[in-house]
Amino acid sequence: MAGAGATALVLFALKDNVLYFYSPSDVHTKQVSAGINFRIGGLVAMNSIHHGKGADVSFAVTDGKAEVPVFFHGVLPALFHEGRGVVALGALNDAGVFQASEVLAKHDERYMPPEVVDALKRSGRWKESE
Amino acid sequence: MTGEIGQLALCLALALSLLTAGAGLSGARPAAGTARSVASAGALGMLVFIALAFGTLTYASVVSDFSIQNVQQNSNTLKPLIYKITGVWGNHEGSMLLWVLVLAIYTAAIVFARRTHERMTSAALGVQGLLAAAFLVFILLTSNPFVRLDPMPFEGAGLNPLLQDFGLAVHPPILYSGYVGLSASFAFAAAALITKERDWVRAARPFMLVAWIALTLGIALGSWWAYYELGWGGFWFWDPVENASLMPWLVGTALLHSALATERTGAFRSWTLLLAIAGFSLSLIGTFLVRSGVLSSVHSFASDPTRGLYILGLIFGAIGGALALFAWRAPSLEEGAAFSPVSRETALLLNNVFLAAATATVFVGTLYPLALDAMTGTKISVGPPYFALTFAPIAVALLVLVPFGPQLAWKRGDARAAIRLLIPALGLAAVAGVALLALTTPRSLAGAGAFALAAWLLAASAIDLWKRKVPSAGAIASALAHAGLAITLIGIAGTTLWRSEALEVLAPGESMYVGEYQLRLDGVAGASGPNYQAARANIAVLRNGTVIAMMHPEKRFFPAEGQETVETAIRTTIFSDLYLALGDHRDQTHWIVRAYVNPVAPLIWLGALVMAIGGFAALWSRLTRRATAPNAIAAPAE
Repeated sequence: MAGAGATALVLFALKDNVLYFYSPSDVHTKQVSAGINFRIGGLVAMNSIHHGKGADVSFAVTDGKAEVPVFFHGVLPALFHEGRGVVALGALNDAGVFQASEVLAKHDERYMPPEVVDALKRSGRWKESE
Repeated sequence: MTGEIGQLALCLALALSLLTAGAGLSGARPAAGTARSVASAGALGMLVFIALAFGTLTYASVVSDFSIQNVQQNSNTLKPLIYKITGVWGNHEGSMLLWVLVLAIYTAAIVFARRTHERMTSAALGVQGLLAAAFLVFILLTSNPFVRLDPMPFEGAGLNPLLQDFGLAVHPPILYSGYVGLSASFAFAAAALITKERDWVRAARPFMLVAWIALTLGIALGSWWAYYELGWGGFWFWDPVENASLMPWLVGTALLHSALATERTGAFRSWTLLLAIAGFSLSLIGTFLVRSGVLSSVHSFASDPTRGLYILGLIFGAIGGALALFAWRAPSLEEGAAFSPVSRETALLLNNVFLAAATATVFVGTLYPLALDAMTGTKISVGPPYFALTFAPIAVALLVLVPFGPQLAWKRGDARAAIRLLIPALGLAAVAGVALLALTTPRSLAGAGAFALAAWLLAASAIDLWKRKVPSAGAIASALAHAGLAITLIGIAGTTLWRSEALEVLAPGESMYVGEYQLRLDGVAGASGPNYQAARANIAVLRNGTVIAMMHPEKRFFPAEGQETVETAIRTTIFSDLYLALGDHRDQTHWIVRAYVNPVAPLIWLGALVMAIGGFAALWSRLTRRATAPNAIAAPAE
């Protein structure tokens, strides 16, 4: 009985509480609806970082084929730079801007999040030397 | 030269581990006294050579011998001495070497702890030898720390600065003592199945306790490090790597409880064996998750698919072998005497059901995303909301029931007497809950519930000790461990539900407000450390207009590694943490400052410490009892 209860609990929780990972291309091809939380990953597009009022910041995530604009209010991670890998967590708003609640960058110079590598490989922009 | 010594030592250790495995397992036969002596000698020799290899790598790191690739890639002449030493296990190869070193230490401890049950002990040494051999082959083939670099570079690449921290320096050895400590329970369980020894729990229990204490402290240290080093003010992220350490802890806790019943009345004999196997299996799975590079975190030093495949093979071998042995031999084990539905045994059974269910929810939440990715390529992650929905209710149900266990007698307990005894605790819980609802803002039903639950646990522990007049060390141990849970629960609830948070962009002279504090940025100055440059903020903390403290959060840049870290500033008072982190600067004068007031945060880790002290009390009573009465047959309950 306890086993059945735990199983039901797990299935119920998994149904609504998983976060999908999409590359910018996925966001366009899959027509992700506004308001649904997911993680997006790719590279920070060149010349896309704009600081707004206070801790507001906007930038774009690209996988070389598609770009998604991102808005964030908070502290950017130390290794957040244009042209570098980034993963953000949040949802699209009605205007198609990704409202990030969390922004993660890679931990060090030598390391790239596997999701980002995968997204770049799928868009054909991954070079083994990177 | 050092590289060759290390390499040779590892090869000799491998030979000795194979000898220990062969001799130990054949020593399980009744008339094989010589094999048993050989196994003991082999186990000690294995420790000597693994320690030599580890010492060699440490020496190479301390003297910055960059002809060794591992040292070159993970060290640097400017790195402070302490991090040259602890950096030895701050990378994949070194950490695997530490893993087998700890395994060898436990194996040697089994040699020295042997008193009775010679055949079973010998078989346990054999199993440990097999495990050591498997990991040594893994190190030599895929993760050799002594690979040479020719020509030798002049400077090293340095160590991830996040790892250049004292808390994180001691976290891996302690956590490994827990992970690998479960191998001893695993080895004794397998040995008991091989030799059909019924009385294995008594021999294995000190090892279970040491492993559990180390896991408790290791997890707490990791969480504390994440809290002060990552700068987000959080203490647990349900990150797969954290979950990988939580699962063995949950199963280890279940094992400690189930083994109590098995030792005392013979109940749950098969189940306890299965838990011992499961505990170490989860340790191995944790190692796979952390070391194979399938996860992205500060723990995944390098991703190399052959390593992951090898560890996966090792997991299947160890788990499959142990389960096959279990399926073959367990049916011949007799179960102990029957017990009534109201008894200590039933309480321990419920404890195990809830802990197993909790482990299962963490297991699914951790491995489901990996399985889905492997099968369909769909990438998902399972975050805190999942665990809040699944793990939390099971944990709460378990905690509600905890106080009943110690009040019920073995075989047949008296439910009414137990409830009568616990009525004051129930009253105190109600008072605590109502007081919380009345006094705190924002009003939180969950928070009131958590504090009521904590009061219930604390009061029940106190009642248990008071009832016994002269409590045994075992009773003190259980009261402390349960009280520690309550203290941690208060810390978690207080920090999660009543945290205040503020994020502002400040120029010198400007102020921000968080909780009851005013924070005034007086300026940001440059500073430099041995291998980094820092921006160091001077922030005045004011309450009611008067300065009560100066705090200095920093941002550090490590040129050798090309990496930045944040150094938070935390001011701990009895009731709360004031937590400051310096963010990036917007122009020459404006800086982002993030501030939190985390009520009762220190209790999270204090509770873990109290739990560990409870574990030490149990261990101490066990070891002293052993020393004074080696032939005691009916040991009193803990």
